[in-house]
Amino acid sequence: MKKQPNYPKTGIFLIFLIGFLIGCPFFLPTYWTFILGEILIMALFSMSFNLLLGYSGLLSFGQAGFFGVGAYAAALLILKGWQSLSLILLVGVFSAALAAVVIGFLCVRRDEIYFAMITLGFGMMLFTIAHNWIELTGGSDGLPLAALPTLRLPGLELSLFDPRNMYLFILAVFLAGIFLLWRLVRSPFGLILTAVRENKERLAFVGADVRMVRLTAFTIAGGLAGLSGALFCLFNSMATPDFMHWSYSARPILMTILGGSGVFLGPAFGAAVFFLLEQVITHITDNWMIFLGAILIPVVIFFPQGILGTIVKYFDREQETDRQ
Amino acid sequence: MESLVTNLLNGLSWGMLLFLISVGLTTVFGVLGVLNFAHGSFFMLGAYLCMQVMHVVPSFWLGILIGPLAVALLGVIIEKLLLRRVYDRDVSFQLLLTFAILLVLDDAVRIIWGAGYHVVDAPKILAGTIPLFTHSYPVYRIFLVVIGPLIGISLWSFFHFTRWGKIIRAAAVNREMAEGVGIRVPLLFTAVFAFGSWLAALGGALATPHQSLAPSMGESIIIESFIVVVIGGMGSFPGAFAGALLLGLLESFGTVFAGRAQMALPYILLALVLLIRPRGFFGRET
Repeated sequence: MKKQPNYPKTGIFLIFLIGFLIGCPFFLPTYWTFILGEILIMALFSMSFNLLLGYSGLLSFGQAGFFGVGAYAAALLILKGWQSLSLILLVGVFSAALAAVVIGFLCVRRDEIYFAMITLGFGMMLFTIAHNWIELTGGSDGLPLAALPTLRLPGLELSLFDPRNMYLFILAVFLAGIFLLWRLVRSPFGLILTAVRENKERLAFVGADVRMVRLTAFTIAGGLAGLSGALFCLFNSMATPDFMHWSYSARPILMTILGGSGVFLGPAFGAAVFFLLEQVITHITDNWMIFLGAILIPVVIFFPQGILGTIVKYFDREQETDRQ
Repeated sequence: MESLVTNLLNGLSWGMLLFLISVGLTTVFGVLGVLNFAHGSFFMLGAYLCMQVMHVVPSFWLGILIGPLAVALLGVIIEKLLLRRVYDRDVSFQLLLTFAILLVLDDAVRIIWGAGYHVVDAPKILAGTIPLFTHSYPVYRIFLVVIGPLIGISLWSFFHFTRWGKIIRAAAVNREMAEGVGIRVPLLFTAVFAFGSWLAALGGALATPHQSLAPSMGESIIIESFIVVVIGGMGSFPGAFAGALLLGLLESFGTVFAGRAQMALPYILLALVLLIRPRGFFGRET
């Protein structure tokens, strides 16, 4: 393993970044606070997805299914009158993880292209359920929420309809989520995951259960996708079948490739780039997809490590030459 | 009895269109090893270009001839310019590249022809309906049911009896060996990709009188053809035929016995096949 030479610098940079993110809603206009909140949710979604693509080498095309399960779980509980936000998020995580265990059990038997196709199929199965089970999910209209639970802190009750409160709530959940992911990829389990990606035959020879490792990663990624979905439901005050459509599954993939799947924060960076580009381009034209495609093609061909990945690699090389 | 025959014909005609697009997808995968996400967009482009040709020269047959050829040409350009650079990369990058191509093509169609629906009339000889029991049935769908197996048989003969067909099958079995015995693989890859695009576009052009044209038609058919290819066995020609027929019939009869759950049937079929026979009906052991 290569040592990380710039560790203290990275730490200081991260503290500044977190401080900046906390400060944002106090000087940014409301509109940009909204955009930033959406970026954080999608960043969490993308980073949970990257546990599969970047760390396990599994391209899942159905993560939006679990994202949607989390969103619907949250919406249904709020409609039932649940008031505790932490319980709502928790149920969102567990219902998505449950769906991921069942679906993952069938999917992890195959890899590469087959895995992508199978997850795509199951994601769309969840979409059709949400779309057609009108009694439970409200069909294509989804479940709009007229009221949101209030955020209860010791001695404080905050309305989530205030964009600033909503943003800070999202930020807190986001930081907790990526802290969990960070601990996970640095744990022995994270190393085993990387080993599965690098050479699953050899890992099987030394006695690891490759399917079990993959299923565990798939379940955790699904659970965290559910967490971001539940957040997204609160953020939009609704859950719709669109959240589960495969074009929504494509989002974390695009963001991860844009930012770089080999860097821990790459997907989050990609999410930021994605939304900022969308803001700029939709300002000029309605046809944002054609631009996205046109940007993506050279990124895939010439910068397979993504934007942040390429930057990090560049700085690493600088430091290597400095020391020589 | 009547609904049985109607559903049978509906399922067969839809299955034939699915077969045309799936067989291109599966051939490209078998030879190039790339699963083409933009394949549905070629299907859509075939339909729109056929319509465009008919605006200039009001002949459906000319549209079917020219539209797919133009798409095949586009396939040549895409293969030479873009796909060629990622053959040695990870599968996910190939999938993403074709996905990016899909985004560009779909939005381009929306810009050129608008987001609304378009309708193309069937040629006179195939227009109208014929009486079927107490009701009537569109002639064009019967035409599809007839033309599908014809195209299938000619493709099968092409793969089995012509030199080019044999070369393609050889390259699908073992790329290195094919190169070793003197087959020009880069040229073959371009040709196969163009051929696959042509087949998808032909399916699209043939679909124009059968369904209305909209920029989402590529997206919806690509998912179904993925399912066809996976359950039939990736890279398998008979698999694409059997899978497409099965899916077409399942969807049309599904409305009878499954009602609202009909939309989920393809995915349930996918799950069942993967549980019982993960490599698909005709797939080779990987």
